[in-house]
Formats: sequence, structure tokens, C-alpha cells
Amino acid sequence: MSGLVVASAGNVLVWMVWVVAAFSCLASGVAVVTFENPFYSALALIGNLASLAVMYLLLSAEFVAAAQVLVYAGAVVVMFLFVIAYVGPRRETPWSGGPGWQTICAVAAAGALLVEIVVAVGMQASGSLSHESEVGASFGTPAWIGRVFLVDHLLAFEITSVVLLIAAVGGVILGSHTKRAA
Amino acid sequence: MLGPDTAWYLVVAAFLFGMGALGVLIRRNTLIVLLSLELMLNAGNLALIALSRHWHNGAGQIFALTVMAIAASEVCVGLGLVVALNRRELSLDVDTLSELRG
Repeated sequence: MSGLVVASAGNVLVWMVWVVAAFSCLASGVAVVTFENPFYSALALIGNLASLAVMYLLLSAEFVAAAQVLVYAGAVVVMFLFVIAYVGPRRETPWSGGPGWQTICAVAAAGALLVEIVVAVGMQASGSLSHESEVGASFGTPAWIGRVFLVDHLLAFEITSVVLLIAAVGGVILGSHTKRAA
Repeated sequence: MLGPDTAWYLVVAAFLFGMGALGVLIRRNTLIVLLSLELMLNAGNLALIALSRHWHNGAGQIFALTVMAIAASEVCVGLGLVVALNRRELSLDVDTLSELRG
């Protein structure tokens, strides 16, 4: 009986953490899209990534949560902030002048995409998403991820490294100072 | 499993993806378009990890890590493009960048 009480208290706690994380995730997503200044948008993206990392922890994906914070908030957003500082403040007023036909079409297209996702996932997986098995304690730990990544998915790992190398070379070429003779 | 079902995570992922798509479509600043693309990639990651937990299958988490690496590559090339545009003193407005001629 006391075990049941402890389990339901833990359930309520997880639900509260999830609601806070989901709300801040969606709110910071709205902030990224609506802020005029790209600097504030990049800062809002950090909040989005942090709340997503909390949700990954709730889904027992500890290594992915750590990689999310390190790679995204640590590297990608910092690179964004450097480039925004380099480019200088370029404000954009997205809502000025009333909605044009482009804005109306864009909102309609994004809404259609959302409806399509919900309908497709709901039809495909209705009913099968509520009963799930308990996972073992090792699920999502770095050791487990390392074994799965380097034993079962070694080819994906190597291809990822090649893609990263190509992207780094492309970034250097795009950002280099060489100028063609006019 | 404690807490919400997988379906709730998928709902959040769907709304986040829609938000990112809206940002890509309505914003004109190249930097904010890139940030909205990150939102869409993260929504995909959330769905992958939720379904990985649901089916107790590690491939979803591996796929999410690969998506992170692809997102880093995309940011590298995209920000390189922004820097190159800025050096040529071109506008960063995606409406005016309609020609591929250098």
C-alpha cells in the first residue's frame, strides 16, 4: 500500500516536471519565431534546448540529454551568437504593414503540415501508444549507447564523421577571405 | 512508466515542428530561418527519443545523435553562407536573395 502511494507521488512529480518542461519548450519555440532581434531568438533557443533536455531525461535518454546540452547549447548556439554579433544588429519587423498574401499562405501551409502530422501519427498509432514496457536500468546510459553505436550502427557513425568533416571544409571555404579577381 | 504517455511527447513534438515550419515560412531574416530549422530538427529528435523509449529500441537514440551531428553540419554551412553574404555586403533578407549568381 505504501509502495503504491510512493509510486503515485512519483507519478505526480514526473507529470509536474513534464508540464513545466513542455510549456517552456513551446513558449520558447514561440519566442524564437516571434522575436525581432535574432540575438534574443538565439537566447530563446537555449531555453528550448534546455527544456528538451529535461524531457529527454524523463524519457531515460541520459546520454542524449547531455549531448544535447553540450553540442547545442555549448557549441551551436554560441556559434550563432558569434555570427549574430559579427553581422551586427539587423532588426526585422515581421508583423508590420499587416498580413500580406505570403504570410497568410505561410500560416496556412504550416497549419496544414501540423494537421497532416497529427492525422498521420494518430491514424497509424492510435491505441498502441499508451501501453509500454518498462525498460532496464541501463537503457540510455553512455555505456549502452556506446555499445549500440559502435557495434550495431558503426557504418552510421563513420558516415556521420565524414559528413562533419565535409561540413567543416565547406564552412572554411565559405568563410575564407580569398577574393576572386574582378 | 511514470509520467505522461508517449502520445503526449509526440503532441509536443508536433507543435514544435509546426512552430519551426511557421518560422521558416514567415520570417525573412536568414539567421532566424536557421534558428527555426533548429526547432524543427529538435522536434524530430524529441519524437525519435519518445518512440525509442516506447518500443525499447536503441536505434531511435542513435538516430537522434546522428540528427544532432547533421544539425551541427547544417549550422556550420549556413553560418558560413551568412558570413559570406555579409562580406559581400548583400542583404540577409531571403526575399532579395533570389538569384544564385555570385
